[in-house]
Amino acid sequence: MLRGLNQERIVFTIAVVLFVLFSVLLPGFLSAGNLLSLIQNVSILGILGVAMAIAIIGRGIDLSILSTMPVSAAWLLTLVNGGMPIGLAFVCALGFVIAVGIINGTLIAYVEIPAIFATLAMGIVVYGFGKAFMTPIDAVYTGRGESWFYAIGSGRVLGIPSPVIVFALVAAAAFLFLRTLKPGRFIYGMGDNPLAARVTGIPVRPMIILQYVIISIIALIAGIVMATALAGINTRLALSTMVYDVILVVVLGGIGLAGGKGGIRNVVVGTLLIGILLNGMTIMNLTYTVQSILKSVILLLAIVADTLLNPRDEQTAQHGDI
Amino acid sequence: MAASEAWTRWRYRWIPDKLVGEILSKSWIDTLIPGVILAAVLAFFSLKLPGFLSGSNLGDIAQIYGEYLIIIVGITFVMMAGGIDLTVGSTFAFCNLAALLLINSMEMNLALGIPLIMLIGGAIGLINGLLIGYLGMRAFLTTLVMLIIVRAVVDQGLLDYGQTISRGFNASTAWEFMGVGTVFGVPSSLVVAAAIALVGHVVLTRMRFGWHVMAVGGSRRSAYNAGIRVKRTVCLTYMISGLMTGLAATFYAARLTSAGTDVGKGLEVTMLTAAVLGGISLGGGRGSVIKAMLGAVIVLLVQNSLIRMGLTSGTSSLVLGLILLAAVAIDVRWVKNRHKILARAYVSPTYFRLPPLPETAAGSGSPYALNDRLRGVAAIGLGELDGPEDVIFDRDDNLYCGSRHGDIIRFFAPDHRRSEIFAHIGGHPLGLAFDPQGNLLTCVGGMGLYRVSPSGEVTKLSDETNRSLLSIVDDSRLRLADDLDIAPDGRVFFSEATIRYEMYDWMVDALEGRGNGRIICYDPRTGQSRTVLPNLQLPNGICVEPGGQSLLFAETWGCRITRWHFDGPHKGRREVVIDNLPGYPDNINRASDGTFWCALCGMRSPVFDLALRMPDFRRRMVQKVGRDDWLYPNMNTGCVIKFDAAGTILDVLWDLGGEAHPMITSIREHKGHLYLGGIYNNRVGRYHIPGADPAWTSNASYWGDRS
Repeated sequence: MLRGLNQERIVFTIAVVLFVLFSVLLPGFLSAGNLLSLIQNVSILGILGVAMAIAIIGRGIDLSILSTMPVSAAWLLTLVNGGMPIGLAFVCALGFVIAVGIINGTLIAYVEIPAIFATLAMGIVVYGFGKAFMTPIDAVYTGRGESWFYAIGSGRVLGIPSPVIVFALVAAAAFLFLRTLKPGRFIYGMGDNPLAARVTGIPVRPMIILQYVIISIIALIAGIVMATALAGINTRLALSTMVYDVILVVVLGGIGLAGGKGGIRNVVVGTLLIGILLNGMTIMNLTYTVQSILKSVILLLAIVADTLLNPRDEQTAQHGDI
Repeated sequence: MAASEAWTRWRYRWIPDKLVGEILSKSWIDTLIPGVILAAVLAFFSLKLPGFLSGSNLGDIAQIYGEYLIIIVGITFVMMAGGIDLTVGSTFAFCNLAALLLINSMEMNLALGIPLIMLIGGAIGLINGLLIGYLGMRAFLTTLVMLIIVRAVVDQGLLDYGQTISRGFNASTAWEFMGVGTVFGVPSSLVVAAAIALVGHVVLTRMRFGWHVMAVGGSRRSAYNAGIRVKRTVCLTYMISGLMTGLAATFYAARLTSAGTDVGKGLEVTMLTAAVLGGISLGGGRGSVIKAMLGAVIVLLVQNSLIRMGLTSGTSSLVLGLILLAAVAIDVRWVKNRHKILARAYVSPTYFRLPPLPETAAGSGSPYALNDRLRGVAAIGLGELDGPEDVIFDRDDNLYCGSRHGDIIRFFAPDHRRSEIFAHIGGHPLGLAFDPQGNLLTCVGGMGLYRVSPSGEVTKLSDETNRSLLSIVDDSRLRLADDLDIAPDGRVFFSEATIRYEMYDWMVDALEGRGNGRIICYDPRTGQSRTVLPNLQLPNGICVEPGGQSLLFAETWGCRITRWHFDGPHKGRREVVIDNLPGYPDNINRASDGTFWCALCGMRSPVFDLALRMPDFRRRMVQKVGRDDWLYPNMNTGCVIKFDAAGTILDVLWDLGGEAHPMITSIREHKGHLYLGGIYNNRVGRYHIPGADPAWTSNASYWGDRS
């Protein structure tokens, strides 16, 4: 019985237990409206979690998505507010995030900077670049125009909030990519054993660039959803600790930081647990600081469990892999 | 000599190319990079900002430096052990809060309060250390999560105690001194930082714990295998970081007495940038406290000056991020390519012209004319030996030789069939000599000069000599002691083949054509060694002449044999005995008729002689071609020559097929036979010398008959 316990199942069990507990103890938790808003609240986190999962499965990490997301979305809004057609503005933003992804990938694959540092520094650079050249003001709001575009984050389809649908679509696309496409399988191979992947002929370096470009594009999608859901976006989000929440979702779901393990299902499970937890704590009227203490302690426990369940392989761990 | 050749000769004589490679091989070269960056930063901002270098501006900046420099010492320890500490930002805020609460508001005694606050920081570090060191968690994520947790606790603390703190005021002079006091114009925090840096540097470079830290960072598994307690060492580094952060936060609290929500925010990124910019390697093992401090000074100068230049927060974080990226990129590429650059730059050929090659063809009438007299000589220890560079006999006719495995092997008289390992030294024992007391002295390649007593007890006589004043490579340590001989007064003269290459690379020295070797004198009366003849072209064989006042030495790459008077009326005089050998001379030893034997370990070839006159060609070869394809001197065939004190060649012995003795490095005459050793050979050869004195022994020739 204990043998079959992996982190995903533990987390899933905890999620179910919490769900039952909250349903019984907290009035209003089990209502349909609350459950939908529960999922809606974490859907952006979930989308970013999918992006982070792709990075971590390939034995990387991307700390820059929390800069790429608000900066690209804010720039898009700035362009649209300046009178540019939405389509063209989207292409511009897409070009920007692809450039960020290529730079990230190049720094990691060719300059050989550890992913954690390359993306940490790139996060600062992207935020600084955005503030200096793209969106001079912190908070950019959506314009007044009536467009399908604004419905991406705030509309409903068949009664389901559209962010949830976007999360589902992104998760499904990423699932198919990782499971059925060659580059997806390559990412697993690279995460499992980068040297072996290289020896067997996988084009590791171009694959890393592709990986980070995909991650950046998903970050843009998350940014658009967030901006349209909240009618605006604040670039100072880049300075917040939200990136740790994203890592929390991924690691909590059971994707080992050593790479090569886990899948999109783990992200969904992790996202659900966080959603239930945040929703429950909010209903219990805990203060923001207490919530963040509890959340981060859970994150710590999650990575302790990750270390115990997926111990680092000293044979294939690279020097300087911290 | 053509004009171009004269120019080449002049250019290689006076332009010291070898310094480039030697400087690159030093470990302090890494400090140069941040040093240059700091100079550039200072130059840039002093041009852009008027009054930048004025005392008041620097004084203002210096006020905040102390706190950061204290933290960076702790960070250095963590990073040198291969970790990373991102918690410092939050620990700093937490300790700041604690300091304000305990010392400022509750007016706790400083002598009690400061250690207490340091311990609070240390406790947070201990949690990190336990998780990372003992549980084996990843440093980056663990300290990141701790950063969030502690930050959340700080936020909660600010809500709970913010009012209390803002009302508090500690009027004690010591507290005020910590905040704004100066010692001879230097802020108190900076003085403390300097003291801590000094202690940190000494601990890291001179003490056991520091060495353990470096070893763990350099190679975790090797450190573990060497018996270092890796987990404890890693854990302690995080504790040190926490303690230092606590101390820094106390100074900060004393200076500003403010507990805003943004205290210490982004500090971890600043510190990381500083450490990496200073050249502390990610992953550990490389770096120093001084480098980290240089990095911190650069980052703080840039941050401060960017703000003073009126840049927006966006631009300054853009610049900071780009600096971090550039620093990590330089660091990663430097670590990866340093040895390649070094390999390309280290070999530094120079001009050397040998006289025309003497004739060796059979029937040419040359004294070196080929013959086949060494064909079919008897073999001793065939297949048992590996690399007997030199051969020697004791008074009881037992034969001794060295081996590649670091042993001295003894073959018992009279038939030299039975053998035993007489002593194990290590390295590769090369030249051998007996002293009057019957001790065997040997030059051990890679180790130095050693003595083996008749009972097999090994004593180190010398492994260092005086360091020359202007050398960049450390030439005090003996790298490749080669051959030796003992003067009548007991002084030992021994050659060191090269100071620029290790034993396994000795043949690369031939590509340089420079005098990299030396002769050293070990004096048993003082126990000291001193270099007596520097700058020789791979000095090899040494033989004290029967007069006891002069010695002959062979310079292998110089293809000459020289006499040097170390005593007597001509003391200090050096005269060339043979200046144009057809091959590369190795060991020289006495012959029974008062003349000398010399082994030629390889023969010259016109191609290599020509290459020696073309240093540019050899440089290009070293840089462009793999080292297996370099042009080396020929070491596949050799011979033995006999010459008298005037340098006349009396006899020559060849082995034409090269089957038994392709390369001869040593010869020893003993009771009418000549014994041949070879550093790459698997036997000792025994050749009957027609007409030689059947009773003559080398030992008696040096120290007289047994009395």
